[in-house]
Amino acid sequence: MSGLIKSSIVRKVVMALSGLFLVFFLAQHFTINITSVIDPETFNTWSHFMGYNPLVQYLLQPILIAGVIIHFVMGFVLEIQNNKARGIKYMKYKGSANAPWVSRNMIISGAVILAFIGLHMYDFWVHEMAYKYIEGNPEDPTRYYAETVEKFEPIWRTVIYIISFALLALHLLHGFSSSFQTMGVNNKYTPAIKTFTKAFAIVIPLGFAFIAIYHHLNPITH
Amino acid sequence: MNLNLKIWRQKDATSKGQMVDYPLKGVEEDMSFLEMLDVLNEQLINKGEEPIEFDHDCREGICGTCSMQINGQPHGPDRLVTVCQLHMRSFADGDTIVIEPFRASAFPVIKDLIVDRVAFDRIQQAGGFVSVNTSGNTLDANAIPIGKDIADTAFNSATCIGCGACVAACKNASAMLFTSAKVSQFALLPQGQVEATERVQNMVRQMDLEGFGNCTNTGACEVECPKGISLENIARMNREYLSATVKG
Repeated sequence: MSGLIKSSIVRKVVMALSGLFLVFFLAQHFTINITSVIDPETFNTWSHFMGYNPLVQYLLQPILIAGVIIHFVMGFVLEIQNNKARGIKYMKYKGSANAPWVSRNMIISGAVILAFIGLHMYDFWVHEMAYKYIEGNPEDPTRYYAETVEKFEPIWRTVIYIISFALLALHLLHGFSSSFQTMGVNNKYTPAIKTFTKAFAIVIPLGFAFIAIYHHLNPITH
Repeated sequence: MNLNLKIWRQKDATSKGQMVDYPLKGVEEDMSFLEMLDVLNEQLINKGEEPIEFDHDCREGICGTCSMQINGQPHGPDRLVTVCQLHMRSFADGDTIVIEPFRASAFPVIKDLIVDRVAFDRIQQAGGFVSVNTSGNTLDANAIPIGKDIADTAFNSATCIGCGACVAACKNASAMLFTSAKVSQFALLPQGQVEATERVQNMVRQMDLEGFGNCTNTGACEVECPKGISLENIARMNREYLSATVKG
């Protein structure tokens, strides 16, 4: 087992699988969030289901947290190893001549997304844990929409979210299709995978940004 | 044309090197890059200075010894060429050209622009071969029918000259393209499939032991490879490795 984790290919596969899992989660997260601009009641129903369903809470949520931790820890471990592999740097290195910026700077986009996840967890997850387990409030299936809209009232939070979604788009542009190459898929379907990656990497973060802007511009009037 | 050359000078493997400026006049655009360095070396020798050491052998693009990073790119700005095939017409009069050795912890500099690429030999020795029965009744390889598309793909992988441009170009100094080409050239053919499991495991293990970085699929290696080795080889090696790992 220790031999396996020392293998560069196994480490790549761990990055790819955890990344693909997070991509799947992102699609699911977006599907629920977009209902908040279409029908607040549906958003409340789904949010309540996610917040109280035992399968989601005690199985899927820990798997998701583990997936995030594995992806980021492995990402930083690989970055340190890759820096060591070129002890003496070039005086002149023209990286843009042979590889796009997004593929060469996954650590930058990844670090910004990690910081964003910290803020996002503080905004929603910590609040949710306190509401349920510390304050011991009873179930209220109608509260989610108002709580979400309220979060986007301050312009600073909305701007931070939008910037993070832009970096998420850049991260996905390389990471999504790259996962397939790592898993050994490079064949006649690769052009289709790359096209789908581009569409996903643009549409999903743009959609998240739209939701944030929509709620900022449409606050709940008390 | 007149050029300003900035060249890495390093006395030996343990010395600290530095960039040195060499103005060079009267360079012909039809010269190869190595011929341009020959002219510079003649001038240095005539002045009683130490010539610049660089590796070269065939000067026809197949030995893969010319381990130079030119203006930030392995083998310079042209595609699908080694340094001997790079001509001075690719540069303009008055250009500054930065010439460094390939940089990777697994490719230590021996002197000036010469790097030690024995790490590649050790990867090859770990499994890049087919063990044949040499007792006198060996089956002629040509007696085994192989589809043309498979034969062509295996041949394309086998055209890797082990120059190290993939490592030099990769931001992580990864040797995945080289190793995967050497794995692929055997994995695709029936003669190589007998030892496929141990081969890929042993070669990847040796590659990791040499201290090369991890592949992040930037594709820089494929772009800079003078022989056009494609990323499909890396995907194939990943499949081979995962399949070998599952088999145990």
